[in-house]
Amino acid sequence: MFGREFYVDPSRCIGCRSCIAACAECDSHRGVSMIHVDYIDRPNSIATVPMVCMHCDEPTCAMVCPADAIKKGEDGVVRSALKPRCIACSNCVLACPFGIPKVQLDFELMMKCDMCYDRTSVGLKPMCATVCPSQALSYLPPETIAENRRGHPVNDFRFGNEDVRTMVSMIAPAEAAAIAVDVADYMWEDGNAGRQ
Amino acid sequence: MAKEPALTEELVQRYGPNRNYTPPGGWEKVNRTGPEKLVKTHCSFCGQQCGIQLKVRDNQLVGFEPWEDFPYNKGMLCPKGVKRYLQGTHPDRLLHPLLRTDEGFKEISYREAIEYTARRIQEIKNKYGADAVAIYGGASMVTEKAYVLGKFARVAVGTKNIDYNGRLCMVSAGVAYKLAFGIDRSPNPWSDIPKTKALLVIGANIAECAPIATSYLWQMRENGGKLIVADPRMTPITRNADLYLPLRPGTDLALLMAMLHVIVRENLADCEFIARHTSGWEAVRDYVARWDPRTAAELTGVPPERIEQAALMFGRSPKAMAIHARGLEHQSKGVENCLALINLCLATGNLGAEGRGCFMITGQGNGQGGREHGQKCDQLPGARSITDPEARRYIAGVWGIREENLPGPGLSAVEIMEAIHRGEIKALLSMCFNPLVSLPDANFTREALEKLEFFGVIDFFLSETARLADVVIAGSMQEEDEGVVCSSEARVQKINKAVDPPGEAKSDAVIICDLARQLGKGQYFPFQSTREIFEEMRVASKGGVADYYGITWERIEQEYGVFWPCPDLNHPGTLRLFEDGRFWTHDGKAHFLVTEYREPGDPVNDEYPIFLTTGRVVSQYLSGTQTRRIGPLVDFYPEPKCEIHPRLAEQYGISDGDWVKVTTRRSEVVVQAMVVRTIRPDTVFIPYHWPGGRSANRLTHRTIDPRSKIPEFKVSACRIEKTSPPADLASLRRWETGR
Repeated sequence: MFGREFYVDPSRCIGCRSCIAACAECDSHRGVSMIHVDYIDRPNSIATVPMVCMHCDEPTCAMVCPADAIKKGEDGVVRSALKPRCIACSNCVLACPFGIPKVQLDFELMMKCDMCYDRTSVGLKPMCATVCPSQALSYLPPETIAENRRGHPVNDFRFGNEDVRTMVSMIAPAEAAAIAVDVADYMWEDGNAGRQ
Repeated sequence: MAKEPALTEELVQRYGPNRNYTPPGGWEKVNRTGPEKLVKTHCSFCGQQCGIQLKVRDNQLVGFEPWEDFPYNKGMLCPKGVKRYLQGTHPDRLLHPLLRTDEGFKEISYREAIEYTARRIQEIKNKYGADAVAIYGGASMVTEKAYVLGKFARVAVGTKNIDYNGRLCMVSAGVAYKLAFGIDRSPNPWSDIPKTKALLVIGANIAECAPIATSYLWQMRENGGKLIVADPRMTPITRNADLYLPLRPGTDLALLMAMLHVIVRENLADCEFIARHTSGWEAVRDYVARWDPRTAAELTGVPPERIEQAALMFGRSPKAMAIHARGLEHQSKGVENCLALINLCLATGNLGAEGRGCFMITGQGNGQGGREHGQKCDQLPGARSITDPEARRYIAGVWGIREENLPGPGLSAVEIMEAIHRGEIKALLSMCFNPLVSLPDANFTREALEKLEFFGVIDFFLSETARLADVVIAGSMQEEDEGVVCSSEARVQKINKAVDPPGEAKSDAVIICDLARQLGKGQYFPFQSTREIFEEMRVASKGGVADYYGITWERIEQEYGVFWPCPDLNHPGTLRLFEDGRFWTHDGKAHFLVTEYREPGDPVNDEYPIFLTTGRVVSQYLSGTQTRRIGPLVDFYPEPKCEIHPRLAEQYGISDGDWVKVTTRRSEVVVQAMVVRTIRPDTVFIPYHWPGGRSANRLTHRTIDPRSKIPEFKVSACRIEKTSPPADLASLRRWETGR
């Protein structure tokens, strides 16, 4: 919105959890954070990864929702479940390829990142991308990313045969066109190379 | 006196630590009402002093909003900044002065507290002399308070013994920079970092202790610069380091000298810069000849090839910077360490230009400003030396006293505690300092405090130290006052008042001036506002090294802060030092100084075979007086843990989550093990933010650097063993971080 896009660069994350702290300060859901920050493997590494909702073009969470409670706006933002409809069944939690939605048991409601709709719709950055000290989460014009980052944005993710396109981009090393998470994509099989 | 009352549930329930999770009235109330106003100010934690907007309603903080226009952090904040507003309207907040009685603390009126405190100080002064009264200040306070506290000690009490908790911060760097450059300030601004091509980060856990600077480091790398990290632990910035040097605690000096050795050997020294702008090169060059990478490798445990690589990366770069913090400074040779880093920059001509220089990261909110204007035992306002006759005459003139009545240099923070223990200092007035948690050898600190005949504390929470006080005067929080602070990059900024102090709490500056009046020295403290203190401080700093004369509150607001020195109103301020090739020393040259290697003060041996090093985590700040009361921050890292490499853990049969007893020559603590490959196998790490039975500073030792007087927090010797959980775990936790 307003010429800016959301970028996640996991290699920049320092695990400070400022995004989690700030997400819970966002006016539409104060007290509840929608962000995930995880150590990949703390015994062996300090590497951490932040995850926000990727806002898929065809959101799996919405497709699997039996109550038709998850809606995508014209702006591409996939919203939290609608309170009157959500039955807190957790289908979306299980189906999301990125592991984003959480069911808030207190409210019997699935809540997830809505890209700070209340902020971005009035020209502000989302709360997490504003405060993030390492700018692992950033909300910037694509030109700024192109100029200032060595890696390049990818918003095409392949989970086996499922191709998921998203509004949010991951910053990947320069040579990667898409991010594949399936070993098969890297294999030589039946006379054919995998997709990588 | 000064015996701590039994830690009853009642005491802890009233004064904490208790955890605050929500703004006043809870989320629902805040969501319903929203703020009345936003106050542009700065975070209360750490030397970056990030810009932040505080949401205020009904004279209470109810939230924050990023301040994206402020140039340093552009809206970025670490979790401490995001949640800092939760310290306002905290249930633990002291609302009235407290007097110790046989039954425990009793609330008294402000007037009674001032009269009592002044009377006791006067009695001890009369009985033992003024130097038997010591004053402790803090580097989280605005500079006006630091200034007025220094004046209070020297003019109202007449004692030479005033020092501050910045003594535990970056004084080693301060001494080194003064010796080499004649000025105690980072020569370059933060904005130089993305412009450099090789950055050496040594002893600085930037991601956790100056988190916003991470974005500057990453931008440097995006621009093609190389990152070298030297640290016994892989801190989060190491994930993108081009070269990681896992040095043994206390051996930084060997590493830095070996790097210079390689630079000399490879003819990478900038001879023209050295000839034109420096003195002392030959002696340093000859001295490092014996410090070849192989010799340094034996001490540091870093492969000689890596030391070579680091030297070449730094020395061959067209622009290089070196950045350091407590890892380098918290050693009994902290000054030498910093000098060796300066030598490296000078030898390669890396000073006085964009993207070329050295940078010390101050750790405390006003670490820089808090030391410039008079609460440091050896300094007068304007960062003047207290032994310089001309400086003494000038300041005595500004203060309207006779020069011979101005005390000379006093004892430093650790030395004051030792003098209390010896019975030489009988009274202590402490403001914004929690020495029971932050000074080394906590058991010794407790013994000393219990010997005091009078102990007065000015604070806004009943800190662990304040529990030992005879009287506690409820002071002000950062958001309840205004004044200036100076960030790590020497940018003088303005803290704006958001709310009034609650109840009978008063502004710290008002308390100090009232005490001075009660001591009969009111004519020297005519201040009716903080601005009046600032105006006198400007004059007092005029002509000094830290010259603020050209800085006004209005200019700060218009220009997003002003970099000192700024000697007159038309002066633009000084973004970067030494650009004209002149240094602030008597001969205008930068001084190379020989740095001799010494062993740490608490050596490892067969009985204590493991290095213990201490430091911070990102969600806590200093002694935790504030951050251990902020619920979401506590939840991120609830209690001290001991980082142990799996190789060491296996040797002792320790698994992740096991309880470990860590013993040093002072004491022992029992904490849970965190078995990680991100620390040297000969070293364990415990963060120091917690009090009581599990306080890391029970383990540390009182060896200080002979010149900077900084304690050697970063190097102790310990042994470890697997043990069972502490029997009193529940109460330990309760007293550390409440409920």
